[in-house]
Amino acid sequence: MPAPMIEVRGLTKTFGPIEAVAGISFRVERGEIVGFLGPNGAGKTTTLRILAGIFPPTTGEVRLAGRDAAREPLACRRLVGYFPEYAPFYPDLRVAGYLRFVARLKRLPRADREPAVAAVLAACGLEGVAERRIGTLSKGYRQRVGLAQALCGDPPILILDEPTIGLDPGQVVEIRDLVRRLEGKRTVFFSSHILSEVEALCERVIVIARGRLVGEGTPLELSARLGSRRRIVLRVDGPADAVAKALAVLPGVERVERGVAGFVLEGARDADAARAAGEAMQRRGWPILELREEAPDLEDVFLRLVGDGERRA
Amino acid sequence: MTVLAIVRKELTLYFTSFLFYALAAVFLVLAGYFFYTNLGFFVLMGGMDLPRGLWQFEFLDVQRLLIVLVPLLTMRLFAEERKLGTLELLWTYPVRDGEVIAGKFLGCLMVVTLMIAATAVYPLLVARFYPVVAGPLVAGYLGLWLLAAAFVACGLCVSALTDSQLVAGAATYGVLLFFWVVTWNEAAVNEVTRSLLVPFSLFDRFYLFARGAVDTKDVIYLVLFTVAFLAVTFLALDTRRWRGVR
Repeated sequence: MPAPMIEVRGLTKTFGPIEAVAGISFRVERGEIVGFLGPNGAGKTTTLRILAGIFPPTTGEVRLAGRDAAREPLACRRLVGYFPEYAPFYPDLRVAGYLRFVARLKRLPRADREPAVAAVLAACGLEGVAERRIGTLSKGYRQRVGLAQALCGDPPILILDEPTIGLDPGQVVEIRDLVRRLEGKRTVFFSSHILSEVEALCERVIVIARGRLVGEGTPLELSARLGSRRRIVLRVDGPADAVAKALAVLPGVERVERGVAGFVLEGARDADAARAAGEAMQRRGWPILELREEAPDLEDVFLRLVGDGERRA
Repeated sequence: MTVLAIVRKELTLYFTSFLFYALAAVFLVLAGYFFYTNLGFFVLMGGMDLPRGLWQFEFLDVQRLLIVLVPLLTMRLFAEERKLGTLELLWTYPVRDGEVIAGKFLGCLMVVTLMIAATAVYPLLVARFYPVVAGPLVAGYLGLWLLAAAFVACGLCVSALTDSQLVAGAATYGVLLFFWVVTWNEAAVNEVTRSLLVPFSLFDRFYLFARGAVDTKDVIYLVLFTVAFLAVTFLALDTRRWRGVR
């Protein structure tokens, strides 16, 4: 089995009396897109900065593609494209000139630099503004320049710190699409506190609070671990009162809600309430218009995880 | 070469900034004015010895201009990047701290060198109607250049300590002025204190160069001054390991 692209073991970081990261461990496999969640001040940015090689951890180990970041800091930095929060930029440099500068700093061989710059300009939709000064660009374009410098030189690992913060909804969608296109090709580890974004982009999330890991897994696994109930949405062509009565007595169904569009059942985790509901409707000859199990709400899961984490701390 | 990449970026930023052109204009106008008055004085006094009668005064005047102008060029080197947040980004590239420091130092020194080199028109002008000996001029320019390197290193170091360009500039003036005036009031302190302070006077080191002589001790002092400040810069940047990036 190949080494995981990112492996973190017992990571801590203290700044004077402040403990920003209090011992976290996790791994990210090749080609995964993993979301890094936590409330503000949880230690997300500090963790990402350590991964990007800005400063070393106080204790603990970071391995990127099997390489020890403490022993080979420069080799590890070559594997990583980093997008810092708020996408800092040099206002007076031109987009293409800036990316050439980045390509040189990333030690790309001379012959590869121009193709690399052209490739990221195209990937981030920046061809039209290549000769503009970065300071004159709109926020969305600047954010793309930030992403372009991270992508420059094709690093296998991308670390993105709040890539969509401060953007308007259209721009958020653009950046998300850019990240989604990387799926499978790159390992992407990104922090966010926008839950819908994490749900839309990643199959796995890591949640921290107060510098500690409080949850890890797919949104489904996390909610299962917390013992959340399953939610089933049902729309049926039948007399509403009779339907509600029939649903309420089904095994495994704990609560029936009557919404505008239909019924919402809350069922125990281990019972298959959806099947029971479907069979019950069929037996009575009421046509089912819609029957689906709703994905667990990550927001609930997140709040519960973070709440637990803060209570423990 | 990553050092060259940083040099290039610094030069681009200087040459696209209004500040550089304003400072260069101030420098050249004042240096020209000093040259005009020094030449007038030299001719009026019926001077014969160019190095003693003219170049010495011109070099000393240019030196004073450098004290005023170099901190304004160095103050942005790290402070601006820290404020913009681009410094954080710089540390994520496979670049050593030393390469970043070297690139910024050389980039800024090149700009100052360019300004100093522009003053070479004065000797060329004089040479059209009066015999000029090159030796003392070479010594003077060497001294000026070493002094400029020392100023740049000092300004770079101070700039690495703050995220405010204003603070960086003001503190650089403080440090340079200290090394300038440290021996002004020689009579006020006792013999022991004076003998401890005199070796640290940055500007006493320049008088011999200005008169056209090179003393190895002075060269070594100026080089050490530069290296010391570059080393402190390195330490200042290293504090991010335990202090964070800001």
